[in-house]
Amino acid sequence: MADGSTMAIDAGTTTSPAPRRVGSLKKLARRRSTTALLLCAPLILLIVCLKVYPTFYAIFLSMLDRKMENFVGLNNFIFLLSRPSFQLVIFQSCFFAITAVVMKATLGFILAHLMHNIRGKNQRIWRGLLLVPWVIPLSLSTLTWWWLFDPSYSAFNWTLSWFGLDSIPFLGTTWNARIAVIVVNTWFGAPFFMIMYLAALKSVPEQLYEAAAIDGATAWQKLIYITLPMMRNIILITVLYSLIVTFADFDIVRILTNGGPQDSTHLFATYAFNVGIESGNIPRGASVSLFMFPILATLAFFVLRDVLKRSKEIST
Amino acid sequence: MSQVSIRKIVKAYEGDVQAVKGIDLEIDDHEFVVLVGPSGCGKSTTLRMIAGLEEITSGEIWIDGDVVNDVPPRDRDIAMVFQNYALYPHMSVFENMAFGLKLRKLPKEEIKRRVDDAARMLDIEMLLDRKPKALSGGQRQRVAMGRAIVRNPKVFLFDEPLSNLDAKLRVQMRTEIKKVHQLVPTTTVYVTHDQVEAMTLADRVVVMNHGVIEQVGAPQELYHNPQTRFVAGFIGSPAMNFMSCRLEEAAGALRVRLSDKLSFPVPENRTARYRGHVGNSSLVLGLRPEHITETKPHAEPNQHDFDMVIDVVEPMGMETLVYFTIEGVAVSGRVNPSAGAIALRPMKLRADLSNMHLIDDSTGKVL
Repeated sequence: MADGSTMAIDAGTTTSPAPRRVGSLKKLARRRSTTALLLCAPLILLIVCLKVYPTFYAIFLSMLDRKMENFVGLNNFIFLLSRPSFQLVIFQSCFFAITAVVMKATLGFILAHLMHNIRGKNQRIWRGLLLVPWVIPLSLSTLTWWWLFDPSYSAFNWTLSWFGLDSIPFLGTTWNARIAVIVVNTWFGAPFFMIMYLAALKSVPEQLYEAAAIDGATAWQKLIYITLPMMRNIILITVLYSLIVTFADFDIVRILTNGGPQDSTHLFATYAFNVGIESGNIPRGASVSLFMFPILATLAFFVLRDVLKRSKEIST
Repeated sequence: MSQVSIRKIVKAYEGDVQAVKGIDLEIDDHEFVVLVGPSGCGKSTTLRMIAGLEEITSGEIWIDGDVVNDVPPRDRDIAMVFQNYALYPHMSVFENMAFGLKLRKLPKEEIKRRVDDAARMLDIEMLLDRKPKALSGGQRQRVAMGRAIVRNPKVFLFDEPLSNLDAKLRVQMRTEIKKVHQLVPTTTVYVTHDQVEAMTLADRVVVMNHGVIEQVGAPQELYHNPQTRFVAGFIGSPAMNFMSCRLEEAAGALRVRLSDKLSFPVPENRTARYRGHVGNSSLVLGLRPEHITETKPHAEPNQHDFDMVIDVVEPMGMETLVYFTIEGVAVSGRVNPSAGAIALRPMKLRADLSNMHLIDDSTGKVL
């Protein structure tokens, strides 16, 4: 009956052309996809203004000379690659991002497991406490860390002096400073991993562990054969996301070391700021900031393709 | 030899809620025992305690002559089929079946041989490379069984394995399970809430209610000689009719009176057993629908005709169910489809009292 009446209305509208136009407009407005597009439009506009346009503009800028008058193609990139200071930035960025992401993921994974095993109300309290580093504005917490690392007045060195040990120049030597920025980044980023992994852990059906226990698996074997494969997608996505964000990190290095000592802790973002804004070579600064873009985009493509394939495979 | 012995096991949760209240059960080698009961009766908890997935509050579980209370599931040498199959979604069917063997570090050729044998037995050879997502409910069920079979364990545990399947497939898989047990006669404990499954599969049925065992026995024994009202009502489909009654004695013979107009003589062989209950005001007559039929041309001992106005007629094909009311209680009977049962019309029915059960409602016991 319902089908029949719909058909009758459709047949009626097709007989006169004028109402049909109104009808199709109405239909268009009523379509769920139209509503969805309208609701998303402000966000899309925002992304286009703040992300898409600046990206393309940066690509355009990176191909100009210092005066921003002549097109120089890839010369800025070629020049940068030949400079030892930039090679150091590439090394430091990769070292910083990879080490920090591995540490954040490992720490987040361990914390998520600890959280998962705390039952009842206590879990909420601990979860809330452990999320604090992620909630505090990064620039503010980095300032605190800067104070903690201070050679003369810091809490760390004061504690060391208590034990009769010499003070350590946490931010004064190349490797100390490199490790310090990684520690701060790990402190800030690990809660994000923890919360994502905790959600992933909660979504693994308890019966899989029970089945594995009956099949003869030890706690370690359950982790290797059940937990990790079941969490693989979320691990891949968080690592990819964190890698992108960590490669683009700016605040920590800018506040903690400002790229020093001797430019040894510069990352792409701080170096781009240094070259583009502070030294006034905007096209070269743009080239620095765009350097990782193709590599990360390729990585993202393959990771997301794998995630999509696996989620299709294992979803029930 | 794999016997399972359950001795006075109790499972209590926080707040003193007892799910299992001290049950005893001996399961013989090769036996197929079905725990059946309504949800919340403690049957799944009992099974999970045998598996080692639930801690035992008190009592002992013995498998093959050893107390296993503190033995982790992996060392109990048991295999379990779960209600929702619990197949590892990231592994292929082969990997799912081989997982337990791989963990036990069996040689690869041996693993392959065992998986292939089980797959052949369950007719899932062509599915070995697929992931569980690409399987239908019935196929997943077979894989879950295959995973249990390849292990060649001491005991098989089944936790409502058919309840996620549609009615037709359930019947088919029920036969499969029975066939597999005939081929691999491993001691089996099977939990279900479906009494038909229990009756068709079990060597012995354990009926549980409120955390205790109501009765243990062979399916036919439970059907014919239930010991409690609960068992009488739970076993059999459609369920047994229960009608309030009283016993009257006249000239040495007993009559069971259902209403002012309706009473039946008690079979002679039961008179002695029931005599002491004359005057008991909480008696209930239990009579299965199959023992209320259409009237027959010739008389049979202990069968008595009576007239009733039929309320509802349900033709089932090979039989017809009729419903009528005695003293406000709906009663059902099973009549021949050609007996001419018509709703709202009177019909002559026959009650077979040789299969009657008299229940003391105050204790719930069958007398």
